[in-house]
Amino acid sequence: MKLPDLDYCAPASLEEVVALLSANADAKIISGGQSLMPVLAFRLNAPSVLVDLGRLQGLDRIEIGADHVRLGARVRWIDIERHPALRTAQPLLVAMIDHVAHTQVRNRGTVGGSLAHADPASEMPGFARLVDAVIEVFGESGPRELSAEDFFLGPLETVLEPTDVLTGVRLPAWPAGRRWGFQEVARRRGDFAMAGVAVCFDDGTDGAVHDMRAVAIGAGSTPVRLSGVEAFLEGRVLTAELAEAAGATAGQEVSPMVEDAGEADYRRALVMTLTARTLKQAAGLEQE
Amino acid sequence: MTIVKPVSGPVVGQPIERLEDLRLLRGEGRYVDDIHLEGMLHGAVLRSPMAHGRILSVDATEARAMPGVHAVITAADLPGHDHPDGVPTIPIRLFPNPGMDPFRQPVLAAERVRYVGEPVAFVVADSPELAEDALDLIALDIEPLPAAVTSENRGEGQPALYEGQPSNRVWGYNAKLGDVEAAFNGAPYTRRERFYVHRHTGITMETRGVLSQWDPVAGTMTSWGAAKVPFQNRKMLAQLLGLDLEKVQMIEGDAGGSFGVRGEFFPEDFLVPFCARMLNRPVKWIEDRREHLLAISHARDVHCDIEIACERDGTIRGMRVRADVNIGAYIRTSTTITPRNVSMFVPGPYRIPNFASDVAMVVSNKSPTGTYRGPGRFESDFFRERLFDLVAGDLGIDRVEFRRHNLLRSDELPHPLPSTAPDPHDSELDSGDYGHMLDLCLAKFGWDEKKRLSGKRIDGRYHGIAVGCFIEGGAAGPAENVRMVLEDDGKVSVYTGSSAVGQGVKTILTQIAADAMELPMERLQLFHGSTTYVKEGFGSFHSRSTVMAGNAALIAASELRSQILAAASELMQAPVEQLRYEAGTVCSEAGATMELTALAGRGIAYEATFRNSKHTYTNGAHAVHIAVDAETGKIEIVDYVGIEDVGRKINPLTLHGQAVGSIVQGLGGALLEHFVYDGEGQMLSGTLADYLVPLATDFPNIRSQAVELHPSPFHPLGAKGAGEGGTIPVGGMLGNALADALADFGVQPRDLPLSPARVWHMVQQGRASAGRAGEG
Repeated sequence: MKLPDLDYCAPASLEEVVALLSANADAKIISGGQSLMPVLAFRLNAPSVLVDLGRLQGLDRIEIGADHVRLGARVRWIDIERHPALRTAQPLLVAMIDHVAHTQVRNRGTVGGSLAHADPASEMPGFARLVDAVIEVFGESGPRELSAEDFFLGPLETVLEPTDVLTGVRLPAWPAGRRWGFQEVARRRGDFAMAGVAVCFDDGTDGAVHDMRAVAIGAGSTPVRLSGVEAFLEGRVLTAELAEAAGATAGQEVSPMVEDAGEADYRRALVMTLTARTLKQAAGLEQE
Repeated sequence: MTIVKPVSGPVVGQPIERLEDLRLLRGEGRYVDDIHLEGMLHGAVLRSPMAHGRILSVDATEARAMPGVHAVITAADLPGHDHPDGVPTIPIRLFPNPGMDPFRQPVLAAERVRYVGEPVAFVVADSPELAEDALDLIALDIEPLPAAVTSENRGEGQPALYEGQPSNRVWGYNAKLGDVEAAFNGAPYTRRERFYVHRHTGITMETRGVLSQWDPVAGTMTSWGAAKVPFQNRKMLAQLLGLDLEKVQMIEGDAGGSFGVRGEFFPEDFLVPFCARMLNRPVKWIEDRREHLLAISHARDVHCDIEIACERDGTIRGMRVRADVNIGAYIRTSTTITPRNVSMFVPGPYRIPNFASDVAMVVSNKSPTGTYRGPGRFESDFFRERLFDLVAGDLGIDRVEFRRHNLLRSDELPHPLPSTAPDPHDSELDSGDYGHMLDLCLAKFGWDEKKRLSGKRIDGRYHGIAVGCFIEGGAAGPAENVRMVLEDDGKVSVYTGSSAVGQGVKTILTQIAADAMELPMERLQLFHGSTTYVKEGFGSFHSRSTVMAGNAALIAASELRSQILAAASELMQAPVEQLRYEAGTVCSEAGATMELTALAGRGIAYEATFRNSKHTYTNGAHAVHIAVDAETGKIEIVDYVGIEDVGRKINPLTLHGQAVGSIVQGLGGALLEHFVYDGEGQMLSGTLADYLVPLATDFPNIRSQAVELHPSPFHPLGAKGAGEGGTIPVGGMLGNALADALADFGVQPRDLPLSPARVWHMVQQGRASAGRAGEG
């Protein structure tokens, strides 16, 4: 578990980062290092160069605007947890990030690292999918934007080119009064979720749910939008019975990536249970 | 902050804060990896990637040519010693028998590899990184063989590991008490069950490490990183290196945990010093975490077929046990203990007048096993206590009453344990009031209150409770040494053969020695665990150090006081009978006094040996209250109470820490920790993200209380070994509490661990067999 022999660079501009990535086909970007360092220690990957984003200015900013919240790629979990206004501006984001790992990891792990790493059980990719976040990238042809919907291709796989740097993520402003629920089941507090479900919707004046959104993590090769659940509930008045029925729908929308069939059944059942529970949580309905 | 609270008068029994802690908290600990020697090289182990295979070739040519590499050794480079194929093998420390010799582990695999992680070659290089780089350059050609992964039914039908050995059952133990056949004949009630306790082990915070230095002039080998049993390992190393015993020294520094697993003699304990001598350079090897999970002794992994015969009123007539212990690929230093303990300890503190056990040691293509906190006892308690709840249910007897009825009474003690064969070590339960301990536990737990929650669904979760009784063996012989030296400055140095592996032995022994010398603790200095300190030492295992070294300290102090009086008699020119020793001062009848500093330079010292073959049996009861989410399978510990009678508390504070930590480790084993192997013998839980040890936040609700009602009758100190008792009952408690909580679903756990997925599946099965629709 010693690191392989590699070079280390800490450029001061995005252009230099891209130039380094272009010049070294197997270079790897390192941000917080919370996923990459174990990969290197286990020698599962041996890049010739590590390109550290630590000297780039401005990537650690959290901006709260009228239309959106922008998180720089190097914003850490601890920054989200401690930000005075985010808990109001993006309550579900903060609630989900509360489940990420432990203090030591939270002090280093970053938003950009998590999105680019694309672990299907991670909270940040799940949230990005749920709210249709815009992912900002800087590449050989300069800056461009990607939709979260198109971003995740598979486990640890995204549309990012080898020469791209993820620079930030824009989250649409959270409407006042939007209701949400999030629950995940992990073996221990802070472990990767075996499954998790986040839901949100707006209350219409008719008492029905609008802009219904639901996402499952840990239950597929990428975060999975539960579009069946969304369609099933859109425009309806949420009741405990409907929440249960939505849970059953959710079970059909996920295919957990585990070899053991029994474990897959269990995780599917978790998605069903958590869908029903988060819907009730969001609607303020009695659990059970 | 004062770390050592000033205490006047005797300190034994006082909650003294650990002498060890201030230094460790300040980062001043010295672990083996903190030691750097001039010219030191670094080792790395090439481990088998395959569970079972025939080694066709190990080609290290390229690795040897790599810059920075000083040596690569394979089995072919090792001297022939005591093994037919020429490779030295690891001796068996506990209950060795010549019949086990074919199954001893070669220090490097020679012809076959038998588990993933088995050492095949050892590289020495300028840095640990280079050594690891060189591993990639060794060409290892192994012809795969099918892997044996289970010990169930004696491992029948599994591929054979050893040529010429038709069966993977390589050894076994039988124990007997009374006439079990007669007990089952005509018994009004019998029940038979099969249980399984899965493979897991103790995970030490600090991984293992060895640093060795050869002195070519003196012809001496010094090895740092020893723990637990340095004296025994010294004998093994001396023998394997062909050195006289006094030419080998083992030095114990700080050690980040043992739990029984760390400190045994592993292949690396030979490979590192062997290379240090070969290269005439200091060599260090520090185990990394991935290696640790494969290379440390594994534990548990026991299938048990258990049968009980009872009267209708619940009186137990007899019990039969047939168990298969999956010992892994080889018999190593302490592999025999788990099967021996399973053969003897299933009866626990209960009156089982007729008992017979037949325990097989079955080899498999998994990591070799050794002792881990409560070896064979955690398993035995799971089998017994699970069975008891099932039996009480069948007979319509309250589970508390069933236990109370069958617990041994005080007036039945001492009570012989079943005698195991071969190599019997007869033992008897020494003293205690087991029924009283059960009552104390029930009262502290609030059993009568909580009973109403049994099986109830509250806020979506099912509540369950359980209670059970246990014994913990301690004070393994044969002996322990303590040497005391009166220093010129009037301080007393105390040297012991016991080892400090984080259990607070320094604090405990200082307390005992301080009282025995009537001196404040500051006037004693304790040295432990290195083979330079005492002639012979036996180390720290089987909850033994407090009892064994503690009593040796009492003997040493008594002799030291005699020597002090004799020396003072000469100086004060007064007959010894007219002198008395009082709190570090010699007083004469005439009123003269002499301080210990006046005795400087007179060589006052004594090395005492305490010999004891009788074990102590700490005993008690545990109770647990859990809440189960039937939809997610998650179990929360709402309350956990452990009560134990330790005979005499030397330090209630360190004891409490041991007890709570021990319970947490038991909960880890019951709920989280699991070495999962696939059908090819590959370990799937090879990182701490997969092998889940309890975190500080997981089990906050643990209460533990120790009492000192029945001191050990076998030795002056009266203390009974403690520290493992917390772990022993936990599996049984959790299994029973889960059955209680999920009684609506007819859930009866028979296998550990109780992982959420497994709990959920049991609920599904219960629902299916009850024909019940999934309720929300």
